[in-house]
Amino acid sequence: MGRPGFVLDVDERTPPLLLHEGEGFRLERLPLGSQVIYPPESLPAIVDLEGAIRRALLHPHGSDPLPELLQRDMRLTIVFDDLSLPLPPMRTPDVRQRVIEQVLEMAAAAGVDDVELIAANSLHRRMTPAELKRTVGERVFRAFHPDHLCNHDAENPSDLAHLGTTAHGEDVEINRRAAESDLIVYVNITLTAMNGGSKSVAVGLASYASLRHHHNVHTLRHSRSFNDPPHSAMHQSYDRMADVIGGHVPVFTIETTLNNEPFPASLRFLTRREWEWNLTDQASYLAVKRSNELVTGKLRHRVWQATEAPYGVTGVHAGVPSQVHPHTLAAVHRQQLTEVQGQADVAIFGLPYICPYNVNSIMNPILVMSLGLGYFFNLYRGRPIVRQGGVAIFYHPMPNEFHPVHHPSYIDFYELLAETTDPVMLETKYEKQFATDPWYIHLYRTSYAYHGVHPFYMWYWGAHAMQHLHDVIFVGGDRSTTARLGFRAASTLADALELARETVGRDPQISYLHAPPMVLADVR
Amino acid sequence: MSVALQYHRSAGRYFAARAVSGTRAGGRLAGALAGNLAPLRLVEQTEPTPFSESWSRIEPVLSGICGSDLGLLTGRSSPYLGPLTSMPFVLGHEVVGHTLDELPGLPRGSRVVIDPVLRCAARGLPACPACLTGHTSRCDHVTTGRLAAGLQTGFCADTGGGWSRRLLAHASQLHAVPDQLPDEVAVLLEPLACAVHAARRVLIAPGASVLVVGAGTVGLLTLLALRKLTSAGEIHVIAKHRHQADRAHELGATQVISTDGATRALRRSTGALLVEPELGQSYLLGGMDLAFECTGGSAGMNTALRSLQAGGTVIASGIPAEGVDLTPLWYRELHLIGAYASAVGEEPEEGDFPEAIRLARSAPLDGYVDTKYSLEQWRNALDHAAAAGRLGTIKVVFAPGAG
Repeated sequence: MGRPGFVLDVDERTPPLLLHEGEGFRLERLPLGSQVIYPPESLPAIVDLEGAIRRALLHPHGSDPLPELLQRDMRLTIVFDDLSLPLPPMRTPDVRQRVIEQVLEMAAAAGVDDVELIAANSLHRRMTPAELKRTVGERVFRAFHPDHLCNHDAENPSDLAHLGTTAHGEDVEINRRAAESDLIVYVNITLTAMNGGSKSVAVGLASYASLRHHHNVHTLRHSRSFNDPPHSAMHQSYDRMADVIGGHVPVFTIETTLNNEPFPASLRFLTRREWEWNLTDQASYLAVKRSNELVTGKLRHRVWQATEAPYGVTGVHAGVPSQVHPHTLAAVHRQQLTEVQGQADVAIFGLPYICPYNVNSIMNPILVMSLGLGYFFNLYRGRPIVRQGGVAIFYHPMPNEFHPVHHPSYIDFYELLAETTDPVMLETKYEKQFATDPWYIHLYRTSYAYHGVHPFYMWYWGAHAMQHLHDVIFVGGDRSTTARLGFRAASTLADALELARETVGRDPQISYLHAPPMVLADVR
Repeated sequence: MSVALQYHRSAGRYFAARAVSGTRAGGRLAGALAGNLAPLRLVEQTEPTPFSESWSRIEPVLSGICGSDLGLLTGRSSPYLGPLTSMPFVLGHEVVGHTLDELPGLPRGSRVVIDPVLRCAARGLPACPACLTGHTSRCDHVTTGRLAAGLQTGFCADTGGGWSRRLLAHASQLHAVPDQLPDEVAVLLEPLACAVHAARRVLIAPGASVLVVGAGTVGLLTLLALRKLTSAGEIHVIAKHRHQADRAHELGATQVISTDGATRALRRSTGALLVEPELGQSYLLGGMDLAFECTGGSAGMNTALRSLQAGGTVIASGIPAEGVDLTPLWYRELHLIGAYASAVGEEPEEGDFPEAIRLARSAPLDGYVDTKYSLEQWRNALDHAAAAGRLGTIKVVFAPGAG
């Protein structure tokens, strides 16, 4: 059993601490008295994963065993989380492959012929055949691709079914094949507390008409945080939509949780507490850092993107989504929750090279913003790590780089930021134009592009933080790019703290969220 | 004796300027090249004598440096125009000055601007079909009659040009300048008349979307003419420099976009599809209704052709350059229309110059001319003009009387 998460008070004996900064990292000496929020140590993985999956399928929560739900002549749709989960992509065989193979074996045993597999990519880019194969495994891929294994298409009207509206008037429109199935089996990986549950089908298979009800500035500003579902307006909307979906088609979900092993053995020092580094860790740090700095940017990018996480599975729960998800959340909390007393004046975050939307791609400035002010800022339960009106300091070089195939609408969205960075203004003036732009729709459907509206969602992701914080500073950030986004850049932590001084004074309380691995701060 | 900047025949200098300006470094140093390699010299010449009572000597107050002048001096002009000039000639066709002789209806000392086209009336010839119908810029007789060849004042050996202390102008070329217009605005009347002409060259449907490529003098004045004289809808302007963008906004541009990523920005505004060939510039399927190419560069023309929807129209306001890929013209069945100089129209008040004068009375043109050079400073002037955009200037002029 790993040690629980804890908060370190930085004193004279504290060594320099590791901080991620895009495709790099550094050791930084934090001011005395700073608090460092460490995640719990990695939990042990389930040894007999095949057995755990089988037990979950045969003893589900709130449902008959899966074999009893499967009947000859039924329409079965297996839906799985797309490449945005987990991060980094896990070493193969992916847990989704393992679950899907068992589900298919049970379906075959029941004589089910009409089986379709759909990636729940929502408005994300389509997965390439190679990415699909990596996720579901060679055997499943060969048997089903391309006719019966595909990506969800949120822009083909004939592939969508409008199931009605919630009591709040929210449209519920999802993938037609799934909606008209006799059973949806959803295969999930819950990496953070925001994943899984009602979100899986209601978001993963939805259209823009449906997503716009919760992916908007108002909802995001009232999701505090979106990693704390009971206090997330976004998740409340998901729940309402899931109720409507449940009235049309039964959903059997299998949710899996992972431990805190995102990096391979050669990068193990990234997950260890610095004062416990042994000689090997120190040598690895020096060797990796030096070689990382010596290689070309292109090679560095390739190496980081090729990183596979040796994640272990800590839990498999199956059944009715509403009954499964509490068990999943409990498992996530066991792995990620760290109790923190009080808020800081300044929060420090080291942003890594990857986020859900740049797998095999480029982390463009909008994604950096959403990773920092969206994902990392919202890694809290209770209250934000930093107080209202405080300052957030992020580490990331924020280069002005975009992937032309994956992120075409991001390139245009970046131009809008010269006019305004106000999420409400952007939403009001431009969201519809981007969402309905035929070129973006064409690229989303036929190329490998994120939907035209996606950069808006990324910007909304940070709307709560933007409202909450008085100042945002990027250490090492490209000055012009950072300024375009409405933030400030500093060369060093000392410079950043000097900039922050005008907001938080000379002697601020500082908290550093030491992630990755994932940590969810339970701020009291 | 009068001082003038004279363009003379020198094959060596012409080809040297052309060869060097064709390189990347040479392109950026166009002004220095024009000053040092171009076949241009400061000369003293005898006072010109009017050919008849219909001619007057003009004493220029200000005389502009046009993009076509710089093109000539750097060897980038097309040889097509060679026979339409007569050597040696004095450059300068954007002129505001005073008459030094009495003309019918125009007393000596009047402040005037010159319509530079040397058409049938100036050449003492019966009107050709074009002149007869008021399309004077299309005159067929620019190489004949009593004058040496010359499509305009500023390219004709007999009339002289504005880059001097004296030139000759025919009464039909002159337009009195209202007192309220300062010289710095009056010197813009010739390019403004050209812009008016360009805007009138095509019927613009109410609400039509228009692209103006370039925000130098021609681009900005074209924008002004489009906003004042047509019911065009959205007008998008491609501007290279910040000060140009500010002025374009001031003149009513819907959107000002930078040269980098212009096609993408237009795509976003129009909802067109963007196509990216493996080689070469991207283009739109769908796009704008019309484009006014106001740079005279191949990049500008390529952008214009690639930004229009099928059946759209490109108006070439700048002198078209070499190296334009006309495939979009063919594939998208575009219309390509030239717009050269200005026309007098069939009725006196219909002409492009009278319209330009009306527009200039209320247009925000202050500050377009911010630097004046004496003729003796011609190398500095050309250097400045070639880098005007980068230096925050719209129009560089000579003040021939100074120095």
